[in-house]
Amino acid sequence: MKIWVPGDAAAKACGADDVVAAIASAAGLRGREVTIIRNGTRGMVWLEPLVEIEIDGLRHGFGPMTPEDVPALFEDGPHPKALGPVEDIPFFARQSRLTFARCGRNDPLSLADYEAAEGWLGLRRALEIGASATIEEITASGLRGRGGAGFPTGIKWKTVADANAAQKYIVCNADEGDSGSFADRMLMEGDPFCLIEGMAIAALAVGATKGFVYIRSEYPDAIRVFETAIASARDAGIIGPALLGQGPRFDLEVRVGAGAYICGEETSLLNSLEGKRGMVRAKPPLPALEGAFGKPTVMNNVLSLAAVPWIMAHGGAAYAAFGLGRSRGTIPIQIAGNVAHGGLFETGFGLTLGELVNDIGGGTASGRPFKAVQVGGPLGAYHGAEDFDLPICYEAFAEQGGLVGHAGFVVHDETADMLALARYAMEFCAIESCGKCTPCRIGAVRGMETLDRIAAGDAQAIALLQDLCEIMEKGSLCAMGGFTPYPVRSAIRLFPNEFTPLREAAE
Amino acid sequence: MEIIDRLAEILAVHRGREGALLPILHDVQAAFGHVPEASYQPIADALRLSRAEVAGVVSFYHDFRDAPAGRHVIKVCRAEACQSMGGADLIARLETALGVKLGQTKGDVTLEAVYCLGLCACSPAAQVDGQLVGRASVARLEALVAEVTA
Repeated sequence: MKIWVPGDAAAKACGADDVVAAIASAAGLRGREVTIIRNGTRGMVWLEPLVEIEIDGLRHGFGPMTPEDVPALFEDGPHPKALGPVEDIPFFARQSRLTFARCGRNDPLSLADYEAAEGWLGLRRALEIGASATIEEITASGLRGRGGAGFPTGIKWKTVADANAAQKYIVCNADEGDSGSFADRMLMEGDPFCLIEGMAIAALAVGATKGFVYIRSEYPDAIRVFETAIASARDAGIIGPALLGQGPRFDLEVRVGAGAYICGEETSLLNSLEGKRGMVRAKPPLPALEGAFGKPTVMNNVLSLAAVPWIMAHGGAAYAAFGLGRSRGTIPIQIAGNVAHGGLFETGFGLTLGELVNDIGGGTASGRPFKAVQVGGPLGAYHGAEDFDLPICYEAFAEQGGLVGHAGFVVHDETADMLALARYAMEFCAIESCGKCTPCRIGAVRGMETLDRIAAGDAQAIALLQDLCEIMEKGSLCAMGGFTPYPVRSAIRLFPNEFTPLREAAE
Repeated sequence: MEIIDRLAEILAVHRGREGALLPILHDVQAAFGHVPEASYQPIADALRLSRAEVAGVVSFYHDFRDAPAGRHVIKVCRAEACQSMGGADLIARLETALGVKLGQTKGDVTLEAVYCLGLCACSPAAQVDGQLVGRASVARLEALVAEVTA
């Protein structure tokens, strides 16, 4: 009997290890032989721990499981947590899983499983067609930076490829600090070879021989799984002195962050990688030309690099067939917070915000009315139900004064205190600012103070706050100070009454 | 003397590594529970940096401690997804239950804020001595703390 129980951090946080122990002991008691496979997560986090058992060649799901639910798995009759074939669950069936095609199906560290599921196909093709044709394929796919900035990946790669230098680097930004985001973690834990393959293809395309993956220290499971994956890819001769035993040299190294949110900003990450304070650098020079250790560097997010193997295996045109307008391909949406069905939903750009929150997410977890959804992390705007028609793509959200960012969507119900959330946005900026530019370093602190004045009933402070937001937005060196005003201003715009409570009461 | 010997071992492991300071500091903290001030100068010498540069890096990053934490560290997420599921209330009640404020240590127990553990679809989230907890409640966290401190 084959049983899958995810080894993903979210599944473990919900008790997957206890379920595994219960399965082993229940099977032992009954003298049943079971093979337990720790797969990645399918991304249906509300069902975790989601146990899968093969029945008549189909994998059936059971969840969310507790140790008490385990004995019934070995008994006849319907199980109270039975979900039917796991890939028929609507949340899963409605997706277009390209980047996450393998995640949740297999043992993430099995090279044989990876190879059997289109593994290394993209890298083989890149080796076959060569560097410039590889860059053309990525350009044709329309892939844009999934970290949030949305810069065309093909153009970035071409800039690095054209730079003349003895040493070039691939740096993967796995400093996934946005609240509401967990796709990078899920991929590194659930399909690490996919990211290794994407980085190897990038290296081949631009002529880099060394890659760094900068993973935040808050992700110990991802660090462990990814380091193990690197070691086995190296032992198997996939990376190392010759890619797949026939290509150029390429090796990989994990670097661990140290609890600074700002290091998700690319120039700050480069300084951190070099062993410095994570201070933001002014651009130019572009990291593509003077990046890690002053050398030309491809700096891409986990999700951008992990999209590459599929694109190379199936062709840029096939990827570009998904999407909307200038946002091509698929986006791994993470829906989280106060939502009934939280998890990862990969789909072509163009799904509307309302479809996501209501149909996919199933509304709030609390059952209370929806109030707002913050899109794109702590620097993203709040959107109300009036934005439910907005299609999820880079352009539509930018036009509404927001951003898609790394596609984390955090749902709040009617109990959300918008003034407190606006103050938190400023407080977070004050805690995490690198301190290099004044609008961010000082502005965030003044923003907290001004919001405290508003909370105390000083309605005139609202105009001051608006002024401050404008200065931060226009005068900051990077998105930390520049976008912190997004959640603040959108909260005021959507819920003006919450920012004038005492004054209204007095009138 | 003990610090200097252990430090020399750590520095030897990272000799010649590009941008070695953060990996060194992580290892120093793993060895001593914090980054002792006595380690600044030897690290600076090994990497041809000034003592001030090392001190500046240590103070920049939230992870690096200048004094050891309690034997047991409880981290609770303060970020938005956890707030949407009652995270602020969870922290307040945990502070009362454990008798320790966020950012402080009492006896063996340190209570700290963390800004996102990537468990946003099973909020609120916490971590007790490295063990992740999703859908966290005061009761569950209290039980875990009792378990690790027993």
